[in-house]
Amino acid sequence: MSRKAFVRLEAVAAPLRRLNVDTDAIIPGTQLLKVAKGGFGEGLFYNWRHREDGSEDPDFVLNKPQFREAEILLAGHNFACGSSREVAAWALRDYGFRCVIAPSFGNIFYSNALKNGLLPVILPEDEVDAICDEVEARQGRGKLVVDLPAQTVASPSGKRLRFRVPDIYRQAMIDALDPISATLRFREDIIAFQNRDRKMRPWAYFGPRTIGGDDFEVKAG
Amino acid sequence: MNAPRNMLDKIWDDHIVRDFGDNTCLVHVDRAFLHELAAIAFSSLKEAGRPILSPELTFATVDHLLDTYRGRGDATLIPNGADFIRQLRAGARETGVGFFDIDDPEQGIVHVMAPEQGIALPGTIFVCCDSHTSTIGGVGAMAWGIGTTDIEHAMATGCLVQTKPLSMRVRFEGRRPSGVTAKDMILALIGQISADGGNGYAIEYAGEAVEALSIEERLTICNMSIELSARAGFVAPDERTFAFLKEKPYAPKGAQWDAAVDYWRTLSSDTDARFDREVVIDCARLSPQVTWGTSPEHVIGVEDAIPDPSLAPTSREQESRRRAINYMGVSPGQKIAGLSLDAVFIGSCTNSRLNDLREAASILRGRKVAPGLMAICSPGSGETKRRAEAEGIDRIFTEAGFQWREPGCSLCMSGGAGGEAFPEHARVLSSTNRNFENRQGRNVRSHLGSPAMVAASAVAGRITDPRSLA
Repeated sequence: MSRKAFVRLEAVAAPLRRLNVDTDAIIPGTQLLKVAKGGFGEGLFYNWRHREDGSEDPDFVLNKPQFREAEILLAGHNFACGSSREVAAWALRDYGFRCVIAPSFGNIFYSNALKNGLLPVILPEDEVDAICDEVEARQGRGKLVVDLPAQTVASPSGKRLRFRVPDIYRQAMIDALDPISATLRFREDIIAFQNRDRKMRPWAYFGPRTIGGDDFEVKAG
Repeated sequence: MNAPRNMLDKIWDDHIVRDFGDNTCLVHVDRAFLHELAAIAFSSLKEAGRPILSPELTFATVDHLLDTYRGRGDATLIPNGADFIRQLRAGARETGVGFFDIDDPEQGIVHVMAPEQGIALPGTIFVCCDSHTSTIGGVGAMAWGIGTTDIEHAMATGCLVQTKPLSMRVRFEGRRPSGVTAKDMILALIGQISADGGNGYAIEYAGEAVEALSIEERLTICNMSIELSARAGFVAPDERTFAFLKEKPYAPKGAQWDAAVDYWRTLSSDTDARFDREVVIDCARLSPQVTWGTSPEHVIGVEDAIPDPSLAPTSREQESRRRAINYMGVSPGQKIAGLSLDAVFIGSCTNSRLNDLREAASILRGRKVAPGLMAICSPGSGETKRRAEAEGIDRIFTEAGFQWREPGCSLCMSGGAGGEAFPEHARVLSSTNRNFENRQGRNVRSHLGSPAMVAASAVAGRITDPRSLA
């Protein structure tokens, strides 16, 4: 999957007022069993979007007509806790979400989302609740505006809220950088570190050196 | 004079490759571990033409998808499991990373076998594409779970970009009463500070009761750090840690060992070190813990009643507890002890080590599981299984009516993936870490407890205080 840049997003937001939503609920184990990095949208919240007989549950927020086009998900604290499955981020992205706003995230998901063009925005609980109230009162009419360079969210009524993403992650999303290429810009630092570290903590390595790859030749001793 | 540092500061400082500001650094990864669900990392790197920086620091095993029946092979009850297993094997062979295959005598759950083999060491940064990697902190490592993109990054660059976590110290003070296990200590902590209570923190577990724990018990405590949403959890290495690791196959030897121990002794938090948050748990007041709901924070003492959701502090909290009560088929005010069980499970990276099996066996010896109850035990690794069998523990389990399986994540994970599962709507008491909806099978109601509680409850056929059978 090609990486998508995230700069500014103006979109409908769907309120999922549940706490501690785990990644098993976001993408159940039954839905992640293919060796691939895409095509997981159908499995998103599978057991919540569907009733026992496999039909859609009309009461689930994402099945409501006013939220079907939502690209922003509003969630409760500790969103996407639990299993490290990156498929949780892929499923949200594949379904059409570009941003999740919550008071806190599972740390592993937070990191996974950043690498997949899915912006995780942390706002205080009362601010997320207020946006949920506003969105519900407007029945999905009116959009949120998420501005990553400015690190602001504007609610449908125009209330502006500030959030923070560490600089290096923010820039990587804006530029749609491949994380490995971005880090390999610092290969000299990595080589220097290992040369120092192999003297300081030789026991942490197995043998003098066997680093692979021509770019990483490290001088012995 | 240098400012006092805590253990997180010390490990972090010694791994900084480059500082990006905003508390975010490129940090060196000392060990990267893969399992079959991350098999795509190998093909993905290959397609991008990227070699693994340090294959000798990279390892892989099979644990998540493979069956636990005797005579198992690549084909799994979980659909497509063989695709993952074969791709992992092919990737490991091609790149030369250490691989513990299905038929390897040391194969096992990553977080059980990596410490057993001495692959996990104090003061190292250890990552694996599994959330319970926090377990490894039990030997004094800083260890956390990552996704596929990050494991590829760690393999290709030997590093990860990370924001330094906040520091929390949890002190378990006093002595734990007999019958109270490491599992009860960590469940009680989750109940006290919530499933979101560790979010953003790396937790150092300390205090008299933690110092008194075996390494296996420390691994159990650190395992469930992720159920607090903590980034990592660890215990400062001490003489017990060194004794545990000495002579392990992958542990340093000779002069390297001595140098390692000298370094490891410097890792403990300085006396005046500061923490962003401190929590104290009084162990003397703990009783065996068991969960009633669908989050590990839904936990009470075994003698307690299921709490009334309307007493929760916020309306969201109340709604969340109502959903849990509904899913679990329990009622507010109902005593948890005495709930009738359909099945029990002893296994997983939380509680499948030799001490766990011994603890359960001491209760099962000479007893039988209740008629009609499904009872399964899956030891955490080949080594654990062999040692348990050498002690006759397998016979105690099978004579009591337990199935004695091969090592793997088994019913902690497969039930949610269409593999080995408990029957629909079954009520299960499990020594695992997650009581999430559908985790152990469709609509299965999972309660979490210690191996001792699982054994006692298996005999009674209902949730039972293990102290009544000890």
